[in-house]
Amino acid sequence: MKNGLKLGAKLVERIMGGIFTLCGFAAVLFVAVITVFLFVSGIPAIGEIGLGDFLLCTVWSPTSANPQYGILPFITASVMGTAGAIIIGVPIGLMCAVYISKFAPKKLRGVLREAVSLLSGIPSVVYGLVGMIIIVPAVRTVFGLPDGANLFSAIIVLSIMILPSVISVSETAINAVPHEFEEGSLALGATKTETVFKISVPAAKSGILASVVLGIGRAIGEAMAVMMVSGNVANMPKLFGSVRFLTTAVASEMSYSSGLQRKALFSIALVLFIFILIINFVLNFVIKRKKD
Amino acid sequence: MKNTGKKRFIGVFTAAMLSAALLAGCSSGDAQPAETNSSTQQTQQTQATVSTDGSTSMEKVIGYLSEAYIEENKDTKVTYNPTGSGAGIQAVSEGRCDIGLSSRDLKEDEAKTLDATVIAIDGIAVVVNPANTAEDLSVEQIAKIYTGEISNWKDAGGSDGAVVVIGREAASGTRDGFESITKTKDKCKYNQELTSTGDVIQTVASNPNAIGYASLAAVKDTVKVLKVDGVAPSKETVQDGTYKIQRDFVMVTKKGEKLSDDAQKFFDFATGKSADALIEKAGAIPVVR
Repeated sequence: MKNGLKLGAKLVERIMGGIFTLCGFAAVLFVAVITVFLFVSGIPAIGEIGLGDFLLCTVWSPTSANPQYGILPFITASVMGTAGAIIIGVPIGLMCAVYISKFAPKKLRGVLREAVSLLSGIPSVVYGLVGMIIIVPAVRTVFGLPDGANLFSAIIVLSIMILPSVISVSETAINAVPHEFEEGSLALGATKTETVFKISVPAAKSGILASVVLGIGRAIGEAMAVMMVSGNVANMPKLFGSVRFLTTAVASEMSYSSGLQRKALFSIALVLFIFILIINFVLNFVIKRKKD
Repeated sequence: MKNTGKKRFIGVFTAAMLSAALLAGCSSGDAQPAETNSSTQQTQQTQATVSTDGSTSMEKVIGYLSEAYIEENKDTKVTYNPTGSGAGIQAVSEGRCDIGLSSRDLKEDEAKTLDATVIAIDGIAVVVNPANTAEDLSVEQIAKIYTGEISNWKDAGGSDGAVVVIGREAASGTRDGFESITKTKDKCKYNQELTSTGDVIQTVASNPNAIGYASLAAVKDTVKVLKVDGVAPSKETVQDGTYKIQRDFVMVTKKGEKLSDDAQKFFDFATGKSADALIEKAGAIPVVR
């Protein structure tokens, strides 16, 4: 009898173990399937168009009589948009993290953290809507432009969108700096501001760097919000000109494309995927270095 | 072991049969004929299908028509495959659907084997911001604005200011219609390519220098509708053809070949008087009969 119970328990254990293993490999499976799918469906069009023409030609007009499939405008727009968002978003995010971690009164700290996590939960279409109705007209009037839907508006929206990840990761990094470092600095007569910027922030450098890489990942992968504020025309990017990003190029044409155009959209997705892979490798490298 | 299982199965089966018979017995009387009636209708429902295929711009019109039609004829199903005018015309000529839908008139070689019946007209309004002083543009001027030849409103009856050209994404039926009427295919220089009519209206309403186009029915008070060649778009001017920027919504059928009874019935419904109200509801303008 006892033996039988033991056997039953063992069986359950075995089955559960199998289920856990299966679930554990689910993520790996999905990544593998997506990777294979993107490469299989993305490579043929690149072969047909030619890698050089695909990556370096500046004209994207797949539906015209003489179709051209150059995605350089999308690549440069995505890179410029992301870079701009980092330039504006990271300093603000970092300062915010420093404030929450070091300067804010205890009660306010909770409120601020709550607000940051709420900011990260807002759907991107809402960012896009607010951008379309507030930021686009504001950019137009402030800079005296004929039209406000341009790269600059997209950069503003993206910098707001990357704030939550920059703030929360940087804050964790700054909090992790040992108190002794700061106390030593203060004891030597440095002011609080000096201590924060000369001791805490440099000590948390790799964590902050990780937050920046995370921000880059978020900015380059965003589609909906930027689609609504960037004008969405496949031009070579200018700061105050209408642009289309890698993500929006796929999103705006996928529903009706066919033939080579559709295949080319998969190739764009592949390029985007490779960008994301690179960013992830950089992130892993940064985190690993932090541990060492 | 196996044998007892089988026996048990048989037992359960007979029990189920008996109870089913009992239930059937309960519902006998008045209810039964009605029930058999509905079940035969249901089998018909899965059989009678009218398939339509084509123009994406006609989605709303076909949606309203088929919905109302199915309401009246519960035994019929109307399917719609949004593939685009060209693909729809090809589908009907190859017999892959009953009725092809096209938002352009047939080309000469297509008209040899196919019949086109106009069921509705789509008027495309050219809209600007209410603050814009321009009132009336010719089709030529509009084409010049969209190709970038006119880039300042002072050359088109407005006050000094750079024109902001708003359009739709490359797949839009409205864009296709607009560009083919103004003969600006592949030549338009857009400042913004938006993915919905609502976005176009919103953007034009918020930018004093913007110009855009949208289906007449979708236009709101927040934007100003321009006259084209001196004619303001309205139901009447679109119907009599004096308003230039318009296109036909056409049902395409094979020449000399009879439609199936169900398809013919739907066709008659869509081209009949009772469809007019539905077509207007869907944002298009019914033809004068």
